[in-house]
Amino acid sequence: MASAANFRTCPDTGLKVDRTAEALIKANAVVAVVFLAVGGLFGVLVAMTRWPAVHLLDADMFYLVLTAHGADVLLFWILFFEVAILYFASAILLNSRLATPKFAWLAFIMMVVGAVMANVAVLQGDSTVMFTSYVPMKAEPHFYLGLIIFAVGALIALFVFFATLVVAKNEKTYEGSVPLVTFGAITAAIIAVFTIASGAVILIPTWLWSMGFIANIDTLLYKIIWWGMGHSSQQINVAAHVAVWYCIAAMVLGAKPLSEKVSRTAFLLYILFLQLASAHHLLVEPGVSSEWKIFNTSYAMYLAVLGSMIHGLSVPGAIEAAQRRRGFTHGIFEWLRKAPWGNPAFSGMFMSLVMFGFLGGISGVVMGTEQINLIIHNTLYVPGHFHATVVAGTTLTFMAVTYLVVPLIFRREIILPGMAKWQPYIFGIGVAGISLFMMGAGTLGVARRHWDITFTDAIMSVEVPGTAFLMMGLNGISALLAGVGGAMYVVIVVGSVLFGKRRDEAVAKANPIIFDGGAAVANYGSEEQVKVPGTIVLVAIFFTAFVLYYFVNWKFLSEVWPLS
Amino acid sequence: MANKASETPDDQDIPFMQRLLDNPFILLFLGVASPTILYIVWGIIEVAQIPIAN
Repeated sequence: MASAANFRTCPDTGLKVDRTAEALIKANAVVAVVFLAVGGLFGVLVAMTRWPAVHLLDADMFYLVLTAHGADVLLFWILFFEVAILYFASAILLNSRLATPKFAWLAFIMMVVGAVMANVAVLQGDSTVMFTSYVPMKAEPHFYLGLIIFAVGALIALFVFFATLVVAKNEKTYEGSVPLVTFGAITAAIIAVFTIASGAVILIPTWLWSMGFIANIDTLLYKIIWWGMGHSSQQINVAAHVAVWYCIAAMVLGAKPLSEKVSRTAFLLYILFLQLASAHHLLVEPGVSSEWKIFNTSYAMYLAVLGSMIHGLSVPGAIEAAQRRRGFTHGIFEWLRKAPWGNPAFSGMFMSLVMFGFLGGISGVVMGTEQINLIIHNTLYVPGHFHATVVAGTTLTFMAVTYLVVPLIFRREIILPGMAKWQPYIFGIGVAGISLFMMGAGTLGVARRHWDITFTDAIMSVEVPGTAFLMMGLNGISALLAGVGGAMYVVIVVGSVLFGKRRDEAVAKANPIIFDGGAAVANYGSEEQVKVPGTIVLVAIFFTAFVLYYFVNWKFLSEVWPLS
Repeated sequence: MANKASETPDDQDIPFMQRLLDNPFILLFLGVASPTILYIVWGIIEVAQIPIAN
């Protein structure tokens, strides 16, 4: 057992904080922000090239930058930050020591080495295979090796997380059930194990193939197993950012879930069914049956969507209940009007919640329906959708929680508070634009993954409506806005960590940033007041939008595919 | 950090669902087995059944 000297007592929460876990959270979070900065810059370059009036990069450089953008922000930024969340949700929230800290550092070093190696391979120019790296496109062996080393490192970090759960239970650092945020982190970790196992199963033979030891990799087999990693890695994000929504609501407002049991059951639906949505990437593949496609997407995926809709009611419901408890009871929406919109942790979280549901969630169901998927399959609609889920959903949530992580873990005050107040809005509005305009362009038929949307030199000409050019221009402007928001985040976070005022006990008492010492986040328990009329109205608006958009797409399908 | 569940004197009185949700390793098994069987293995079987071109 660790000695008391290895812990400090947090002046904000009163929780025992294992110093090794704290150091690892800091290390993983810092590296995550570095990859966000690099990958975000690549993303702006991609958008400036897709903007037909600018068309910044030549074709070779565009595909190279797009490959690096995908790896850096979809894998490296997200997974480094998620490892930090896992250590927080286990060691810190459970008042425990971190298990096997040497393995945790080994995991961190392997993840850094793997991520740098994959970046070097891409930037050298001979591994421009996009994030999906579909065979028979072949990258340099060290591209695959970098991904494998990164994945093994992440897998070791997951074992450290599960081992910490065992340590906490055996050493009785908590009683009864784990808090909901920790349960959400368990969900993310479980999905991550499947994700990384799928990655290992397909990337190790592909690495051997790239060196000539294996003659052939079946392309369809590759796609099936690769998407077990590629899509499931984004489901880790969903579980993690939903856990962080509960965490921020609890920390900022003292919000408790309306029902722990219902929220935990929603996470169980994620554990059982969320990864199966990977099949929607293969909905037009002729080699797999409709039974496989429809079961995995239209049936199983809908059960995971049910989980998301439960969280979509439970999180704002918890916020409303907490606000009503604090006296904001006038009318249906006083609780929402008087929410702490100037607190970037709250505003970022709530915008993420709304955009993930309305933009990412609804479009995800459309993409997962075999028939209407045909309208937008492999168009820019797809990146439009996942920018709503991964960027508006996950990245904005992780940015929001950083405004709590820096004071609580790095023990520094946030610098430039005025800029911090605006940062989530600028980034969030930019990302909403990226998502909407790419989905708009995709609906008009603009293909994804192409340098030139007009296919200028193609033998068969492609006609793209003028509106699509407008959409791509607006996408470029939105990307610039999101880029500004992202740069503001990096400046604030790096500046705060390096130059922020030290947050000692006196500062923590004078400037409390969390509600009631964070009791709601570190305990199991449900809200007693469950009358949430405002949330019911919001959910009714969501369902109306959902139903309308779903049926509009069937109308689109009838127009592109006449049956008479 | 106490909660009502911890006051239950006997594990047998804890509802099945709560015991399931309190065991991360059963959840880990379910969370890996479900997509492995329904997505990966079923998908590989489908690919394996594609006739080889002559």
